[in-house]
Amino acid sequence: MFLSINNVQKSFPNQGKTEQVLRDINLNIEKGEFVSLLGPSGCGKSTVLNIIAGLLRPSEGELYLDNQQITKPGNDRGMVFQQAALFPWLSVEENVMFPLKKIMKKQEARETAQKYLQLVQLSAYANHSPHELSGGMQQRVAIARALAMSPRVLLMDEPFGALDEQTRIRLHDELERIWVETKKTIIFVTHSIQEAIKLSDRIIVMGTQPGRILQDIPIDIERPREKHLQQMAQYEEQIMKLLKNEIDKVAEEELKYAVSN
Amino acid sequence: MQLAIKRILFFIGLFALWELAIWIFSIPPVILPSPTTVFSSLFESLADGSLLKDLRASFSRLLIGLSIALIIGVLLGILLAKFKTADETLGSLILALQSIPSIVWLPLAIMWFGLNEKAVIFIVVLGGTIVMTINMRTGIKNVQPLYTKAAQTMGSTGIDLFFRVILPASVPYAVTGTRLAWAFAWRALMAGELLSSGPGLGYTLKYASDFGRMDMVMAIMVVIGVIGVTVDILIFQRIEKKVMIKWGLEQKEAA
Repeated sequence: MFLSINNVQKSFPNQGKTEQVLRDINLNIEKGEFVSLLGPSGCGKSTVLNIIAGLLRPSEGELYLDNQQITKPGNDRGMVFQQAALFPWLSVEENVMFPLKKIMKKQEARETAQKYLQLVQLSAYANHSPHELSGGMQQRVAIARALAMSPRVLLMDEPFGALDEQTRIRLHDELERIWVETKKTIIFVTHSIQEAIKLSDRIIVMGTQPGRILQDIPIDIERPREKHLQQMAQYEEQIMKLLKNEIDKVAEEELKYAVSN
Repeated sequence: MQLAIKRILFFIGLFALWELAIWIFSIPPVILPSPTTVFSSLFESLADGSLLKDLRASFSRLLIGLSIALIIGVLLGILLAKFKTADETLGSLILALQSIPSIVWLPLAIMWFGLNEKAVIFIVVLGGTIVMTINMRTGIKNVQPLYTKAAQTMGSTGIDLFFRVILPASVPYAVTGTRLAWAFAWRALMAGELLSSGPGLGYTLKYASDFGRMDMVMAIMVVIGVIGVTVDILIFQRIEKKVMIKWGLEQKEAA
């Protein structure tokens, strides 16, 4: 098994009590798979991703990538956040070179950066500052930066969540193309059902209180998927039904919170 | 452009009123010199080169003092931001020192260094260090966690993380700190020179005052003010603005 998550539990202290945010997370992911973690807010999908990245430690349970236990962040797992998190003091190219500095010579790093900027079709902007780029372009640079260090897995935490609809659709196509070209394993966190169906081989649907896996749904539609709208709609309906209870639970909780305040 | 015209008209009006008041109330020049005498003594000191000599002396003290202040300020700021115990102990002392104007250290400084350059530079260093320390500390503490997280997922940790991410991320605060340190150091320098030996702007001001040359006193006050404002606007505010835009902390104005 390429990436395996075994019996992961996570609790945070919250106002003197411990609050369980993840319960019994078991998940196996094959090499080259595009897997989405889908669920309403509060289901712990980002927490799972942060644990895989090594930014958070599980309270219990273990994770293995290629039979090596994950204990801390490392450049074998690239991460793309909702905000591009580019370093403003570096140029676009230098940003992509950032993770390469320790693993290769400068000239080689520059060539690699160029290659990945080409992959996201931004090589013309190598010498620009991040603030001169639009949100969508910044996010593409972030993808290039994460891929440049040749990670074994690409982790994406709602990467298109802060973008407008048109940009998001364009970046879906672009990400799909990059995935086909690089054959990377991608774990993609989202709360958008359509986004998950459009992109993933498998969708892990998660529920709340505590965060847990509800169902593991393989998406069996030929790509490009825009041509199979009917099949996509069927999956959407299936997942909607599954999540209905969960979304009601979240709404109820929010209402309680609003009343108690 | 309109702004410039408004300002020019304002200052012409101000000087005219000032000149008029002196003429109407026949105020003696030791109480308040007229703007014409102030400007003529300004040109006089420019012409005989004494002003230039004073400026050079003052600026060399300032540069030495400010450089030392910035280096110590950066190091202390890092220390306070990174070590909780240092922040809780030394940090409280620095906050307390902040409320003491640096010039009141002069009597002690004279005992330690003698009535000379070193005592004045010490005052300048004190004036700049504390504000730089506080800004640097804030800058490092306020680095966006997202930057640190992103760097960690790219395999950056420890010293590498500090020098390649945390330090550059805190540059906007360091720039603001430098601007404030300059302002504090400039004031401290003038106060220090007033009570110390020459040459220097502050010293010449004191000298002129001893001879009742209030026109010269005011001429030097004008120079002090003009330099203070010019350096702040032309150098520091520009750099600050550029950095803020580049670091994404401020939007570019619609041109």
